[in-house]
Amino acid sequence: MSGDQLNRLPMVLSVVVGLTLSILPLPRWLDIARPDFVVIVVLYWSIMVPRAGGIMLAFACGLALDASKGVVLGQHALALSLATYVAIKLHLRIRIFPVWHQALTVFWLLVLYQFVLFWIDGATGHPITNYARWLPAFIGAALWPVFAGLLGNAYQRT
Amino acid sequence: MVAFRTAETRPILGRGPSPGLRFFFFALLALGLMWLDQRQGYLDGVRHALSMVTYPFQLLVNSPGAAWDWLEESFTTRERLSRENEQLKARLSEADLKLMRFADLEQENLRLRGMRAATARIGERVMVAEILEVDLNPYRHRVIINKGTRDGVFKGQAVLDATGVFGQITNAGVFTSEAILITDAEHAIPVQVNRNGLRSLAVGTGDLSRMSLPFLPTNADIKVGDLLVSSGLGGVFPAGYPVATVTKADKMAAQTLANIVAQPAATLDRDREVLLIWLTQRPVTEVAPESPAAASPAVKQP
Repeated sequence: MSGDQLNRLPMVLSVVVGLTLSILPLPRWLDIARPDFVVIVVLYWSIMVPRAGGIMLAFACGLALDASKGVVLGQHALALSLATYVAIKLHLRIRIFPVWHQALTVFWLLVLYQFVLFWIDGATGHPITNYARWLPAFIGAALWPVFAGLLGNAYQRT
Repeated sequence: MVAFRTAETRPILGRGPSPGLRFFFFALLALGLMWLDQRQGYLDGVRHALSMVTYPFQLLVNSPGAAWDWLEESFTTRERLSRENEQLKARLSEADLKLMRFADLEQENLRLRGMRAATARIGERVMVAEILEVDLNPYRHRVIINKGTRDGVFKGQAVLDATGVFGQITNAGVFTSEAILITDAEHAIPVQVNRNGLRSLAVGTGDLSRMSLPFLPTNADIKVGDLLVSSGLGGVFPAGYPVATVTKADKMAAQTLANIVAQPAATLDRDREVLLIWLTQRPVTEVAPESPAAASPAVKQP
């Protein structure tokens, strides 16, 4: 992969912004609904430019999330790698979907991501069985057109 | 201008492994990491390294709040400062008065302990730490503080605030550490009713204003208004600090266990600064010199 004349700067910058947003202090009612910014950013780049970041990017971002959230190392890394793998497998199809259809697909990817987190939470003995934990998937999918627009802007500059 | 190569211009050879293979590799790596971290606890070094990577993010996110505090501090009026100064002086003289009595009591306590041939008492060193304004997980009560192993912080260290027990360190990084609050649903602290010395565990409920005592029988001598202090059992928390006040004590005769709810003494949701505490066991040889045999560590302090 190295040696390509890829300009990865927009991708790296958007991931950094996503990581910052994911720990930004918010009031509790907003905190519960906070979309998984990092996941959406990684999914976007995996769909648009699967060879630029791909699963290695997902794994690295997942590890950063694990470290900053203080959970067992590898939890977010596994969940994000899996969601990204599915996104890369389907990227040629997702790309040509109309935007609302893309949002639906991303919704299921976000649910898959949350499910892996939920499962590992349970397996490591810290289950969170609140229904509100699925809320970020809905919010994230609903905001997908906005994210796609913003990131599309960055994509044009690559 | 799109610099990414399209499928036509991209070389077919040298593409590297397929996504499936890559995913398989990284999934195995993630599972291995989880196993090592959860079951073996080998990864403290990795955690330290990663915490250094995330430290700039945490500082960045914390900076608006910190800047606001700084601005507020630099633009306080003289009048307000002098008023605050007066208040603090009044509080200090009050505290001094209490301290005089405390010194007297401490001496008496030491003498009595010497007579009972108890071996050690707790010496304490404290350090002030600041809570970083960083959101971790809305369903867990964890905070990040701005002191780490560089300042001597260690895993399992007790954290207090000005009014009571706050929590303990779960993860000590180099510059920052993570602490769990006593109200987290996964936390329990050994406590004692201050009035009669009854011991139990106070368990977090996941609600910042409530703790519960699930292991007391209905005939236990505990009532609304009782102060719960840390008992010092388990060796994590120092003994005798306020933990919570009982707000509800349901004792239904039909049940074996009472339903007891307490409100934490620490102002968990409003704290900006907390105290880290180091305990040191010190023998009380200077008070009990008469019988060296009795001073041997046969009787442990409860």
